[in-house]
Amino acid sequence: MLTVNSIKNGIVIDHIKAGLGIKIFKMLGLDKIDSAVCLLMNVPSEKLGKKDIIKIENVVDIDLTILGILDPNITINVIKDEVIVEKKKFELPERVENVLNCKNPRCVTSIEKYIDHVFYLVDKEKGEYRCMYCDEIYTLSEV
Amino acid sequence: MLKGRHLLDPMDFTTSEIDEILELGGEISKNPEKFSKACQGKILATLFYEPSTRTRFSFEAAMLRLGGQVIGFSEPNSSSVAKGESIADTIRTIACYADIAVMRHPKEGAPRVAAMYSSIPVINAGDGGHQHPTQTLTDLLTIKSLKGTLSNLTIGLCGDLKFGRTVHSLIKAMSRYENNKFILISPKELKVPDYIKKEVLEKNNIEFLEVERMEDVIGKLDILYMTRVQRERFFNEEEYLRLKDSYILDKAKLKGAKEDMIILHPLPRVNEIAVEVDEDKRAKYFEQAKYGMFVRMALIMKLLGVEVC
Repeated sequence: MLTVNSIKNGIVIDHIKAGLGIKIFKMLGLDKIDSAVCLLMNVPSEKLGKKDIIKIENVVDIDLTILGILDPNITINVIKDEVIVEKKKFELPERVENVLNCKNPRCVTSIEKYIDHVFYLVDKEKGEYRCMYCDEIYTLSEV
Repeated sequence: MLKGRHLLDPMDFTTSEIDEILELGGEISKNPEKFSKACQGKILATLFYEPSTRTRFSFEAAMLRLGGQVIGFSEPNSSSVAKGESIADTIRTIACYADIAVMRHPKEGAPRVAAMYSSIPVINAGDGGHQHPTQTLTDLLTIKSLKGTLSNLTIGLCGDLKFGRTVHSLIKAMSRYENNKFILISPKELKVPDYIKKEVLEKNNIEFLEVERMEDVIGKLDILYMTRVQRERFFNEEEYLRLKDSYILDKAKLKGAKEDMIILHPLPRVNEIAVEVDEDKRAKYFEQAKYGMFVRMALIMKLLGVEVC
């Protein structure tokens, strides 16, 4: 069994669906920060069977709203002096920019490549987002 | 305040803002001469990325009748677009020359992109199968002018109610006025999408009825809004043959209709309204095209913040 030390101060991103960890790692730009970062993949989990975990030492100010889009079951633990001081669950953000891509071939985003892909939340329960340009609705499970 | 705003979606404006436009449109329709110099010195740019002669003429005639001038292109091959210019660059350049722009584009959301980069008002003149807000304004001004009200009406919508964007917009717009009822006449393959029923009609407790045959309900209608049913929309030929005549309005079917019912159609018509109906006093679809021009005149004036005393 692989062991990784617990961190003193920082963030633990837990309950990541197995396989998504590396994507999140890249999306958060963790390959470019100076702090100690650890990505654990396929860790046994009672709830999920297998999960990924990311631990980031000494950093707490990363914009994590994007994570809710990728997997709303993800939890965040903020650690201070080896103690969990905050446990966050995700709410889907009202607006997301350049995280989802509109796949509607009739949408203007298919030809004007410089514009931001912007989506607005329409149904929290169903995880539905609407493209700002063509109004096409996507559920997160499809994307 | 409508000055400087864009019109991209029929629901962009509140009912009081729409009423303001309709009121001015009504005034213009009664006395167009009074407004013949309202936009003197102003320029409208018509950016038509796909041909739509009817809509373009309506906008151009509207601006010319206001005493303004028009520049633009009627298909992209004759413009810098053919050289690969982006919508953002096109509108930023056009905004240097014109005071207001109208855009027709085959891609959904293109006018929204233009609006994001534009310093002048942008009007969506149809973006693919998505929105066509000035058609909705046309329908509203026609109904208001001919029926005297936008409330307490029974509106029959007939034909392709699934893909027809004008139908969806009209349902949404008329649902905002009091006590309107809808009778939705279509083959089952072309029924109004569920989201319109759930999010617009049921959510607002609006009475509606879905039927397959026009003949069964025509006597109840104050307005009959016809749209074209295309053969290729049907799943099988048998169904098409069984139902096609139900979606063609002719003199015989009109016998059961109210004397003051009005027949509307967004045009162009193909065969869904028999030519014999044109002479019936209830046929108002050509008059509707005229109201389309008047409401565009009103819209241009409001977005430019121009007033005539």
